[in-house]
Amino acid sequence: MTDTDDPDVTIDSKDASCPGPLMDLIGKVKTLDTGTVVELQTTARNSTTDVPEWLEEAGHELLEIEERDEYWSIYLEVN
Amino acid sequence: MHRIAIVGGGTGGTVLANRLASELQSEIEAGDVEVRLITADPNHVYKPTFLYVPFGKKTVDDAKRPIEELVDRRVTLTIDEVTDVNTDRNRLSLADRTTRLHYDQLVLATGATLEPEAVPGLAEGGHHFYGPDGAERLRDELADFTEGHLVLSVVGVPHMCPAAPVEFPLMVDDWLRERGRREDVEITYTYPINRAHGLESVADWATDLFEERDISLETFFNVDEVDPDANVIETVEGDDLEYDLLVAIPPHRGSDLVIDAGLGDDGWVDVDRHTLEATAAEDVYAIGDVADVPTSKAGSVAHYEAGVVADRIASRARGETPTATYDGKTVCFLEAGMDEATFIEFTYGEEPYVREPSTPIHWAKLGYNESYWLTARGLL
Ligand SMILES: Cc1cc2nc3c(=O)[nH]c(=O)nc-3n(C[C@H](O)[C@H](O)[C@H](O)COP(=O)(O)OP(=O)(O)OC[C@H]3O[C@@H](n4cnc5c(N)ncnc54)[C@H](O)[C@@H]3O)c2cc1C
Repeated sequence: MTDTDDPDVTIDSKDASCPGPLMDLIGKVKTLDTGTVVELQTTARNSTTDVPEWLEEAGHELLEIEERDEYWSIYLEVN
Repeated sequence: MHRIAIVGGGTGGTVLANRLASELQSEIEAGDVEVRLITADPNHVYKPTFLYVPFGKKTVDDAKRPIEELVDRRVTLTIDEVTDVNTDRNRLSLADRTTRLHYDQLVLATGATLEPEAVPGLAEGGHHFYGPDGAERLRDELADFTEGHLVLSVVGVPHMCPAAPVEFPLMVDDWLRERGRREDVEITYTYPINRAHGLESVADWATDLFEERDISLETFFNVDEVDPDANVIETVEGDDLEYDLLVAIPPHRGSDLVIDAGLGDDGWVDVDRHTLEATAAEDVYAIGDVADVPTSKAGSVAHYEAGVVADRIASRARGETPTATYDGKTVCFLEAGMDEATFIEFTYGEEPYVREPSTPIHWAKLGYNESYWLTARGLL
């Protein structure tokens, strides 16, 4: 089993309007310990580029982006 | 007797109590239903007023009214702090240590709390206008601020009111120009993600205006700590920014009550975003800032959610199946300076359109703030 099959924290940002999935993620990541695996669920296509870009800037690790039927799951590990 | 308890007499709790008092008027008068509002502060505080305090346009007292004057006489009002929520026994404990209240349906409307201490150095090195004391201190600081670098930094995520962070630099720009000080003040706005605002349309709107008004924009800017002696902000992304006057949107937190009751890990209540029912317990709802829904922490949200929950609770009190749902409706006014404003309106998953700012919309915002006291009473 890989980490992404069983994330420690799931953030449901599907249909998030304001302030949006990346802000939901940033707010949550601040409260989490190093090594925590997070799944961010989002319906906003631009999250699939915005989120990896921020993870890179902030030094967290992108694990996987999975396209599901009606949303994307972005998996990451907090550093 | 069917007992309905509402904790928190802010925007959400007050509108809800008054809506229920009118929807369940005959049941309350017959003694079949009780609507009780329990709130810690004998004053109701309308927070949007604080935005105008630093500029000397409003005072902290303008934001307050005795809660007693705002609630319908059919509402049973208890001024005390709720210290414990026991969702297994449907029971609340109060700070007076002797009272325990039983409920059939409970609504948490305890709002958000400011926590500048969560970021090292911020409480010492930064100012804010998100609470009464902060707004007054900032007013005094701004009055004497004639030159240097003013930084408005969005530190807290999530935070109340999506508009205020963008409004402040636009207002301060105007205010400094009117006083002939703008040339000696540099203004920078910082935001956590890769654009000026979470909503793309607001980000585009603000970016253009910032450019026009010579306000610098820093993105991907998440404050890690503030060095109050050196006047430097350090970010998670590894950047440093020097400031002379730092105005921060401070970190927010939910309520320990929520954590202790097992209703949400971070102090925000986990709810179904449409029914606003808590996911971890029966008979419990949350509205306003304390409810974890994917839209803004705004007074308009608290107000619309209160309408939905009033309908759901009234249906259940009458033995009917509740059907009202919340679609994420949010309305926010945006000040574009000291005398022009615009507004946005959206639901879950929707991207709003930002209209051209105008003077009538600025008056409408101020007018809304004045007539708010009628809104809270449930008259608008
Ligand atoms: C500077 C500023 C500008 C803003 N501008 C706007 C705007 O233009 N438009 C807009 O829509 N929104 C705006 N907002 C946001 C808006 O004020 C809030 O979203 C709104 O007040 C939320 O309402 P609420 O009922 O959830 O909480 P609140 O209004 O904060 O009320 C919470 C209440 O709960 C009580 N309470 C807390 N804990 C307990 C307890 N344990 N026991 C008993 N009582 C308790 C508190 O005393 C308080 O009375 C602004 C906010 C700020 C700070």
